[in-house]
Order: sequence, then C-alpha cells, then structure tokens
Amino acid sequence: MMISAFCEWLSNTAVSMVIQNVYWIIPTVQTVHILAIATVMASVVMLDFRLLGVAARSQTLPELAHRFLPWIWGAVVVLLVSGSILITAEPGRDLLNEVFYLKMSLLACVLVLTFGFQLLVRRGGEFWEHRRMIARVTAVVSLVLWVGIVFCGRWIAYVAHG
Amino acid sequence: MRLNDLLTAIEATPIATAVRESTWLFPTIESVHVLSIVLVVGTIMIVDLRLINVASRRRSVSGLMRETLPWTWGAFVCAVITGGLLFSSSAMKYAHNWQFEAKMVMLLLAGINMAIFHLGSYRSVTLWDRDSMTPTPARIAGGVSLAIWVTVVSLGRWIGFATN
Repeated sequence: MMISAFCEWLSNTAVSMVIQNVYWIIPTVQTVHILAIATVMASVVMLDFRLLGVAARSQTLPELAHRFLPWIWGAVVVLLVSGSILITAEPGRDLLNEVFYLKMSLLACVLVLTFGFQLLVRRGGEFWEHRRMIARVTAVVSLVLWVGIVFCGRWIAYVAHG
Repeated sequence: MRLNDLLTAIEATPIATAVRESTWLFPTIESVHVLSIVLVVGTIMIVDLRLINVASRRRSVSGLMRETLPWTWGAFVCAVITGGLLFSSSAMKYAHNWQFEAKMVMLLLAGINMAIFHLGSYRSVTLWDRDSMTPTPARIAGGVSLAIWVTVVSLGRWIGFATN
C-alpha cells in the first residue's frame, strides 16, 4: 500500500511527467541501458570463461581482471542511473512487480560476488589457480546470475501491473 | 509470389502460430534474442575500441580478435535464429515497419564495413598488430562499426515501441 502510494506520487512529479510525455526519452534511455548491459556481459563472459580455464589463456587472470573490471563497474553505474530514470517514468511498472525485485536480488548477489572476486584477485592470480573448484563455481554462479538478470529485465515488461 | 503472400505464408506456419499464440514463448525467445545481441555488440565493442585506440592498447589486434570473434559469431547465429522466430510471429507487421527495415539495412552496412576492413587494412595487420596507434583506415572501420551497432540496438528497441 505504501509502495503504491509512493508510485502514485512519483508518477505525478514534474520530472516523471516530462520523461513520460517526451516520446523519445524512454526508448533512448532503454538503448543506453542495453548498451551498458552489452558492456557488462561481454566483459563478464571474457572474465568468467577465463576463470573456467576455457578462454583468453594468453593472459593471466589478474591482467584480464585489470582490463575488464573497470568496464563492468562503469557500466553498472550507467545501468543504475538509466534504470532509475526508467523507474521514475513508470514507477508502478517496476516497483509493483515481483520480477523487478527478483532482478534486484540477483544483481545484489552478483555485485557482492564480483567485489569479492576483485578483492581476492588483487592479491595475485595464485588464489584462483590453486583453487580450481572455487574458481569454476564462482564463474558459473556469476554467469547464471547475469543471464538471470537479463531475462528478468525483459520479463518485467510482460508481468507489469502498473 | 508477391512479398505480402510470402509474409502471410510465413505467419501461417505452425512455428509462427505457436510463437504468436503462446503467452510465454515470445518473451522467452525475446530474452534469448537480447542476450545474444548484447554479446554480439559487447564483443564487437571490445575490438572496435581497440581499433580506435581507446582500450586494450597493449594487446595485439589479431590476438584480441581471435579471443572475441568466436563469441561474436556464435551469438550472432543465435540472434538471427531467435530474431527470425520473433519476425515470423507477425511477419507482415514487422516487414512494413520502417524501424525494422532500417535495422536490416544497418546489419547489411555492418557486414560491408567488416568486409572492407578484412579485405583492406587488416591484410597488413602484421605490420601494426601491436601498435598502440592503429592506421587511419582501421580507426575509421572501428568508429563506423561502433556507430552502426549503437544504431542497430536503438532501432531494435524502437521496433518494440512502434509495433506494440
């Protein structure tokens, strides 16, 4: 009840009205959102398949992490900003939607996992090279979470209430 | 056979009918389509950003392409298959939508740009493979590619708005 009142209030603010009524803002912000997801997913695939020992073996894990992690964090910031604009435009579409909360939970998990990976890789690649099982599980969990996030993102549009 | 007859025939196939009438098939195929496209565009961006000297400057261009292109092509095949399925569900509507037509033209231009790069400056890649500053034709190819793919994503998103 409180959330739906908040959605009602937010969708009537001047900022929300502008985003709703200028026809090109939402598709443009969604395009930026998708391009940022492209940045994250390509970086994540390169890192996680290296972690699995399948891809990019010409580089060490710390080197690869140094190359791709800044792109992941930068793109996550772009995703949070563009996502917030989309929520402001149509609060009920997201905030009254179970799939949106599932997506945010998966995101929270994968960000914690990525941060943990980053802290450990800073100490050098040995940690991961000597613990193959942990490396594989980390890579698979990260990939599953990101693919789940992409799926949820598209499904939000199909189970929307608001 | 006229184009509209062909489009009607495509829509009448069992697969197209199933995608159109099911509640979950379209969003599921669309999710796989989005996943494929972000991988196509993301891996192409890695190469393009190297070609315009923004990222991976200490990596060899050919080595970088060997690492990313299998992903690009694998994901592209998935995007074509899932895109074909989505198209078939309302072939008439999409074929007469200008955003869809423009997106197809953009994909063709992306292919031409890639062909020019491969038959042109990439032939002498051994001469500049590890240079942090790539030759001008390679920089142009990378910049044009980036612009085309941003447009493809944008048009793809607009198709959903225009045909809904």
